[in-house]
Amino acid sequence: MNPFDYERASDARGAVAAVAARPDAQFLGGGTNLVDHMKLGVAQPGMLVDVTRLPFDSVEARPEGGVRVGGMMRNSELAADPLIREWYPVLAQALLAGASGQLRNLATTGGNLLQRTRCPYFQDLTTPCNKREPGSGCSALHGWNRDHAVLGGSSECVAVHPSDLAVALTALDAVVRLQSPGHDRGLPVHSLYKLPEDDPSHDTVLEHGELITAVDLPEASPHTRSAYRKVRDRASFAFALSSVAAVVEVADGVVQSARIALGGVATVPWRASRAEEVLRGAPATEETFRAAADAELEAAEPLRHNEFKVALTRNTIVAVLRDLAAAEEGSG
Amino acid sequence: MENQIDLTVDGGRRTLSVDTRTTLLDALRETLGVTSPKKGCDHGQCGACTVLLDGRRVTSCLTFAVAQDGSEVVTADGVHDGDDLHPVQEALVEHDGFQCGYCTPGQVCSAIGMLDEAKAGWPSHVTEDLRAGIELDEEEIRERMSGNLCRCGAYTGIVAALAEVARGETGRGTDEEARA
Amino acid sequence: MTGVGSADSVGTAVRRLDGPLKVTGNARYAAEQPETEPLYAHLIQSTVARGRVSSIETAEAEAVEGVAGVLTRHNAPALASTEDPEMRVLQSDEVAYRGQIVAVVLAGSAHVATQAANLVRVEYAESEHDVELPDGDSSRLVDAGIDSDVDTGGVDEAWESAQARVDVTCTTPLEHNNPMEPHATVATWADGQLTLHDSTQGVHATRSAVEALFGLEHVRVISPYVGGGFGSKGLPHAPLVAAGLAAMAFPGRAVKVTVTRQQMFTLVGHRPATVQRLRLAADHSGRLVSLSHDIAVSASRVKDYVEQAGAPSGTMYASPQRRIRHRMAELDLPAPTWMRAPGECPGMFGLEVAVDELAEQCGMDPIDFRIRNEPETDPSSGLPFSSRNLLRCLQVGAERFGWGERSWRRGRGQHGIGVASAAFPAFQIPGSRARIVFTGERYRVEIGAADIGTGTWTALAQIAADALEVPLDDVDLRIGDTALPKASLAGGSSGLASWGGTVTEAAREFRDEHGKDPVDGAETTSKMPRNPDAGQYSMHAFGAQFAEVRVDADTGEIRVPRMLGVFAAGRIVNPRTARSQLVGGMIMGVSMALHEHSALDPRFGHVVNHDFAGYHIASNADVGDVEATWVDEHDPHVNSVGVKGIGEVGIVGAAPAIANAAYAATGVRVRDLPLTLDSFLR
Repeated sequence: MNPFDYERASDARGAVAAVAARPDAQFLGGGTNLVDHMKLGVAQPGMLVDVTRLPFDSVEARPEGGVRVGGMMRNSELAADPLIREWYPVLAQALLAGASGQLRNLATTGGNLLQRTRCPYFQDLTTPCNKREPGSGCSALHGWNRDHAVLGGSSECVAVHPSDLAVALTALDAVVRLQSPGHDRGLPVHSLYKLPEDDPSHDTVLEHGELITAVDLPEASPHTRSAYRKVRDRASFAFALSSVAAVVEVADGVVQSARIALGGVATVPWRASRAEEVLRGAPATEETFRAAADAELEAAEPLRHNEFKVALTRNTIVAVLRDLAAAEEGSG
Repeated sequence: MENQIDLTVDGGRRTLSVDTRTTLLDALRETLGVTSPKKGCDHGQCGACTVLLDGRRVTSCLTFAVAQDGSEVVTADGVHDGDDLHPVQEALVEHDGFQCGYCTPGQVCSAIGMLDEAKAGWPSHVTEDLRAGIELDEEEIRERMSGNLCRCGAYTGIVAALAEVARGETGRGTDEEARA
Repeated sequence: MTGVGSADSVGTAVRRLDGPLKVTGNARYAAEQPETEPLYAHLIQSTVARGRVSSIETAEAEAVEGVAGVLTRHNAPALASTEDPEMRVLQSDEVAYRGQIVAVVLAGSAHVATQAANLVRVEYAESEHDVELPDGDSSRLVDAGIDSDVDTGGVDEAWESAQARVDVTCTTPLEHNNPMEPHATVATWADGQLTLHDSTQGVHATRSAVEALFGLEHVRVISPYVGGGFGSKGLPHAPLVAAGLAAMAFPGRAVKVTVTRQQMFTLVGHRPATVQRLRLAADHSGRLVSLSHDIAVSASRVKDYVEQAGAPSGTMYASPQRRIRHRMAELDLPAPTWMRAPGECPGMFGLEVAVDELAEQCGMDPIDFRIRNEPETDPSSGLPFSSRNLLRCLQVGAERFGWGERSWRRGRGQHGIGVASAAFPAFQIPGSRARIVFTGERYRVEIGAADIGTGTWTALAQIAADALEVPLDDVDLRIGDTALPKASLAGGSSGLASWGGTVTEAAREFRDEHGKDPVDGAETTSKMPRNPDAGQYSMHAFGAQFAEVRVDADTGEIRVPRMLGVFAAGRIVNPRTARSQLVGGMIMGVSMALHEHSALDPRFGHVVNHDFAGYHIASNADVGDVEATWVDEHDPHVNSVGVKGIGEVGIVGAAPAIANAAYAATGVRVRDLPLTLDSFLR
């Protein structure tokens, strides 16, 4: 690891200015991903600006409806927050399905959203990787790619975005609040990420020095139900092979609204808009759910070792929707 | 780039000089000679380095020491009183919840943190109803302790030990039964 | 001396004597020795799988403040012996596998060493490499030269004409031991002596190897606490050589080599991959008439090591026609090594899956099938068994686990149970010595044995207490140091049998020499007695493994909520630690069955998933109700202490029991490990 400067930020404006001033500076949140990558040599910042003590560490109900989640809030505390558990179970479940207790105690909301892929070739400096070293090639495309993307990949990169939290936030239509060197702005979570296409080196559309200070969740309707289902090889403490976040309203046996996002199968947290289209207004039946899943997965381009992800994701989408619809019926 | 920092480690105030690159784990093990927390992977993937940082369990390999200036660190060596072991430690010995012992100090700290989290009502991945309270049954313990890998496979002993401790903390009746 | 006369320690569930040290973190492992200004080593590894180092530039690294030096083949001390290619560290420019050590950076802190390592420029002349184990038909397979390979001559004919038969191919992948404590050595060269604090399963074995390698006479190896090994710490590996070389290059300074978790996937051994073709045939009564186990294993050009997966087929079942054949593919892989129950563990997977299939073909309960084919003597040697209680294990287990006729029949549900047998040889390694010294209050029992988590600190003290006829408290056991009398290594489940026999003999001789009231300082050193029954009997521990499996109907996720192992392993010295070892073996078996797979990328020649995020071992949540128990077994032949060893038999049979249960649950027969959800997706 190369030497670096460290600065503990005392206010957000100063933190943003400090990072913006140095091209080799980065924000330091919980560190669970950045410190890991610094040890591997994947990240080599010359300066870290520690933002963990900035006062963005709470969940607050917003006067206009919905809640605001602080960007420095630890994953464990967010998952345990009564407002989140009551109104956004998909979010609590996604957080609790991620990592381990001791990692969730470190990891922050903002840091989680900006974590980078766990592609083993990306993390190994001795193998080519376009995301780490543009133009060097993608080792995963024709290598060991069981964990890789079947959606949103390109000939340059098929690395999966690893966050569970981001998948839930995508399904919730959450908005990321950014403090910026220029104008502060808000960005829907699904617009935060960019597909690899011909430049996988940038995962997001953030400018250098932009800091996630909060995530806004729209008001939860009392008529919707939500759930997060994560499928993995190990029963715990493993990244998703496939995950489904769904926020659904069913009334009188008909799907009134559905927002679905997929994890573990795509290069970005994947909004399943095609599936949503099929669902909207359709009868809440197994056939509909299957048709919705198939519609979304039609675009899937499996690789040598991950063809199973298509059937797995289809089945998982159907199972989650079936459970949510059944819960709806049970409560009705 | 050396920085002087203060840490409270197992109750004692320590002032030390660390390179910014030094993780909390390395500061403890190499700089201070506190080798209770172990290095099993150095990447947050095994839990052997778990300590209580300001009361919360964390992987000490993934945080820089300089970022913890002023913090309180408790290791598995800081929770017993001489020969008088912490109930978690006592239960682990009784249920043989370890073999080689390398993951064990991390298991101890993780367990203590986990019990506090459960007491605070924090849910887990296997908690059926997110709105209800927590009953720390074996399934809950297994899930909550899954961040601590054990290659010897002492999990059944660990779970039995922690279930016993959890019962002791929550069910007063158990104590009375034992006395009767 | 009031205690003399008691002999009631063995057989009691004494709590681990090293327990308090371990739960507080005060047991010091190899890398935790307090040293004054040690040098930290960073191992630079080759990035090609075959070829040679054409140039290596170290000046830039050496200029970094805090760097003491960079060792390469140009400046490293010469080894006295370069016979073992695995240990030939920095002795030539040849690269034999990806990840081989090509340079060692030494600095006053670990991060400076790592920083400087990034500045070392290594160029290679690359040759073509091959790391892939081909299928069984490949011409790249060569005979592995295993003495116990057998061919009775009529296997094919008997198979062709049999009523029931199976012809299946089972595979097991490359796997890595991955003890939680990464291999580590702290080496100091001073005054003509090399001192090594090393994480090893045998201090004396390590000393012998190091003395030969370095041509030294004074080597001390110290290793009182070892954070697991499972075979990988049985014999030294390249990082230890690097530590020794660095220590000799910097006399007087302690050199710390701690292998990183990632490096554990190249530098300290692995279990080779196997492709096993099994052709089994039975007559109308379910009696085996032909058993053929044809094994292809991955081997390395740098180490003479063959995974003898055919071993179980030599022991388990009576069959008039038998063929066991090992072939290997010599590949550009790092050196393999022992991993818990080498040979038996992967071999029993193939055999017990095939037996399950043949039992079904015969329409028989798989337990009945095993009873029908129980041999009277060891099929391979013809020797009588010193004791063999496999059938009792199966019967006791069936009763306790709730085995019934319905349970083994293939269901269309998602839930099933399965069974498999276990066996592991009862080894005793000769050559250990023990010294007993009366210190006025207690008996100091000295032997260079190891406790790698097995419980030696406790169980061996119990044996010593009973042999001396004193309370356990009166025994002061000393192990893990070559300053103590020479002992065999903790391997092949031979430890307690070998050391226990030695300590027992020493106690007997001590009493003969010094009586029941010895003077202060009375001392006796003895060696392990020869077992008169060695070679007269076939000696094995046996067991029966039962597993319950649930498979999610939607996702195919496979879980093992319940397991039971019933073992026959001779005398159980300490039920508490014995249960832990057996359960621990079974849990590693769950891990093997469901998770473990070192995925090779043939283009680069490396293991891609080389960390704990990629190489999954079972987490707590993967493990359900796992229970181990045993049947009483008194074996008068196996050795003087009646101990068979339990470190390995617990993993044998666990994976096939799970695979057989998964079949019972889903009707999907998976013959390739690990069993992952993709096999069960519909």
